Amino acid sequence: MESIRQLLASIPNYGALPELLRDFIPMLVSCVIILLYVAVLGMFLVWLERKVSAHMQDRLGPMYVGGWHGWAQSLADGIKLLLKEDIIPAAADPLLFKLAPIMVFVGAFAAFVVLPFGMASIVADLNIGVLYLLAVASLSVVGIIMGGWASNNKYALYGGMRSAAQIISYEIPAALALMTVVVQVGSLSMQDIVTAQQGGLHKWFIFRNPFTFVAFFIYFVCSLAEVNRTPFDIPEAESELVAGYHTEYSGMRFAFFMLAEYANMFVVAGIATTVFLGGWTQILPAALVPQLVPGPILFSLKTLFLVFVQIWLRWSLPRLRVDQLMYLCWKVMLPVSMVLILGVGFLAVYWK
Amino acid sequence: MRTYFKDIFSGVATTLIAMRITFRHLFTPAVTVQYPTVKWNLPDRARARLFNKIEDCIGCGQCARVCPTDCIDIETEKRAKDEPEIFASDGTPIKLRTYVFDIDMTKCCYCALCTFPCPTYCLVMTKEYEYSVYDKKDHVYHFAVDKPLYPKPVKEHAAPKA
Repeated sequence: MESIRQLLASIPNYGALPELLRDFIPMLVSCVIILLYVAVLGMFLVWLERKVSAHMQDRLGPMYVGGWHGWAQSLADGIKLLLKEDIIPAAADPLLFKLAPIMVFVGAFAAFVVLPFGMASIVADLNIGVLYLLAVASLSVVGIIMGGWASNNKYALYGGMRSAAQIISYEIPAALALMTVVVQVGSLSMQDIVTAQQGGLHKWFIFRNPFTFVAFFIYFVCSLAEVNRTPFDIPEAESELVAGYHTEYSGMRFAFFMLAEYANMFVVAGIATTVFLGGWTQILPAALVPQLVPGPILFSLKTLFLVFVQIWLRWSLPRLRVDQLMYLCWKVMLPVSMVLILGVGFLAVYWK
Repeated sequence: MRTYFKDIFSGVATTLIAMRITFRHLFTPAVTVQYPTVKWNLPDRARARLFNKIEDCIGCGQCARVCPTDCIDIETEKRAKDEPEIFASDGTPIKLRTYVFDIDMTKCCYCALCTFPCPTYCLVMTKEYEYSVYDKKDHVYHFAVDKPLYPKPVKEHAAPKA
């Protein structure tokens, strides 16, 4: 946002605007940029998921719309969803029903505020960035359970309940895995975490020490559960629950859920990139190759790679049972991440 | 305790195996045939729309008799003695004038039983399978070209008694 403010300041007579407006306009501009980014990204990820899943099953996936490998398929689907009738079930709670998709989307959207796309491309470098992310990411649970309850449908309610139970449990090991890095950096700010990893591959936290190496995988698995992806997609289990919490939704409201889901995928992959894979820093050290690729592109590429792994896992693994899910969280992930925290703390104190 | 770690290990190992399998399939060519633009090579004996070469048809009506769904409708009349003699392409003399030869493809069950008894091999199954129409009547194919010289008297229905 700082760079946008400076850019705007170069416009003649910008300083003549009232103070309030000069504060407000950069916020608005960065919001619009992120909103556009999220919308395009959501559509791209839907297309990517369909293509990757198709090719993994020896199919082709969308091929017609737009000409080249059906690149405009999501665009067409979006238009279709816009034109669809907006149905609110008679027995639903209308206010909560309307509020739920907005809530879920806000949760996904707000997380983009602290994602560091580059040295200067960050909306707000909060000094409690990681904490903020964890807080905002769990905001979507409220929306999901709201939608599940307001639909007045047992499948939706089941989905919402399962989702809430799952997201809340998996948040703990995920947060602990992130804390291993926070302990080493000594700061919760996203930019501080990224700058601590500057200087190439070997400086990334995933390769710094064995504890953070394991922590990366713990975080990645937990993030899958947090965004309701397979193998942890019991809230949306289409073979059991129709569609889970968004069973009753149609048209644009459904599209919001969908968009939030894919935006959330990008967010959790972005957090993993920032904290463990060096964020926008270069892959190879400056001594070896010239640092040509701009940070935001590097960040997006690394994140998209992680999103690809998420998609890849989805089409490889079957769904877990509810008890297996809880077993994995409370009896595997949690103890291991506790040990990691202890180990990292030990390192931080005795081996500087 | 031992099974606990063994379970974790086998969980990770099997996940990696699954990912390897799907990754391999990511690069195997798709089996999809892009139908309207790319078409299948049909086998030689593919059975689709019926076709009758009416110049060779002697109007024997064996196809209509064998048809299990009665989809072939044939009406013939004797050619007069003074008409010039005509032959099918295999030399069989054509004694009958076929003035109706209709095949209703909506009734056809594609068994191809009608093609076997045909003495002049004029009734065949083609590979043409894209012939959907908007009206059911368009699925009745009229092959006859001749007009009847001696029209049969129209059967009069018994008039309802007043």
